[in-house]
Amino acid sequence: MAKYKIVHYLNQFFGGVGGEEMAGFKPEIKEEKIGPGLAVSQALGEDYEIAATIICGDNYFGENLNEATDTIIEMIRKYEPDVFIAGPAFNAGRYGVACGTVCKAVEERLGIPVLTGMYEENPGADMFKKDVITVRTGNSAATLRKTLPQFVNLIKKLAEGREILGPSVEGYLERGIRVNYFAEKRGAARGMDMLIKKMAGEPFETDLPMPKFDRVPPAAPIQDIKSAKIAIVTSGGIVPHGNPDHIESSNATKYGVYSIEGMDRMSSEDFTTIHGGYDRQFVMADPNLVVPLDVLREMEKEGEFGELVNYFCTTTGTGTATGSAAKFGDSIGQRFTEEHVDGVILVST
Amino acid sequence: MVKGIEKYGIPVVHMATVVPISRTIGANRIIPGIGIPYPLGDPAQGETDSKKIREKMVRRALKALQVPVEEQTVFEKDI
Repeated sequence: MAKYKIVHYLNQFFGGVGGEEMAGFKPEIKEEKIGPGLAVSQALGEDYEIAATIICGDNYFGENLNEATDTIIEMIRKYEPDVFIAGPAFNAGRYGVACGTVCKAVEERLGIPVLTGMYEENPGADMFKKDVITVRTGNSAATLRKTLPQFVNLIKKLAEGREILGPSVEGYLERGIRVNYFAEKRGAARGMDMLIKKMAGEPFETDLPMPKFDRVPPAAPIQDIKSAKIAIVTSGGIVPHGNPDHIESSNATKYGVYSIEGMDRMSSEDFTTIHGGYDRQFVMADPNLVVPLDVLREMEKEGEFGELVNYFCTTTGTGTATGSAAKFGDSIGQRFTEEHVDGVILVST
Repeated sequence: MVKGIEKYGIPVVHMATVVPISRTIGANRIIPGIGIPYPLGDPAQGETDSKKIREKMVRRALKALQVPVEEQTVFEKDI
């Protein structure tokens, strides 16, 4: 009798049900190991047993996200597994999203340790790598054998509750989690080592990787400023008194949209700032320092540009996750597209 | 936010005091602000002059929106 029980999730393809034509397959559970489960199980040895395999079509999952997740959770619950594994999904996008969604739900709702695997460019990896330990695989199933040792090692550690080390050691995608530890060498020595390696053109690992920022190509300029519609956006935390939408003064989770209709300038009687990252005294006295309504209204009247959008979009930029900011930007961009805005002035403090 | 909006094809001019941050996040049209707690103006110079500074900067921002750029560009001076 094996000591540890595993339940495994597969899509229709890896589950042997069929190809794309079977992507609508509803979740089913079989009390056997299937497909990649065979190799995993063999590598794990006698103490581990894949008690059951759940198979679900990628389209069925994608189109019935909540229902499929609920069904699958109930299927897993009965087996009380020690570890739940999904995939690996390699570079299959829908499958990756399904693996991530199920794993996250299992961990949250059943409190069972979970593991999946994906190619780092799988969209599911970006969505779930912070929530779920995701073994770094290649982009095709041919890479399963190569990544099997990482799966086996992590499954064993999860089942036995042993400490999981950093992503480069264990072979999973970086989760952005910092763990304190005592290094053998102090910072100055590590820095010198890195510098020497860098000068010699050798690879080195930084202590503090910088976040990667995507680039957006510059948009085409405004052709006819005289008829252009201009909008104001700010990360300076300017809000009406009372902060009606409760925008956070740090690490904002939302942005606000406030009317400036009929106003010639930003009055300190109407607006203030809730930004937690700068000395607010000047802006509280004169919000035009961040939302330059006074001069924009004058230019609008003089016909220097077409018209000013009659509201501004605002949030707090301090401590705000780049992911949140990207979401605000996307939402504001959609709004401005519908509004036919031609150009945006975005002021940051 | 700048990129989120600009990816819809709408030009965005980022008026920001800490230009390196603006560069790092990927703004394509950048105008340096006066100070972190007062990016558009200088309260120390009194309301009238502070507003004049702001007017110049906003006018430069509107011009920047009309200039084609190929790469990240910092508009240090009036165009």
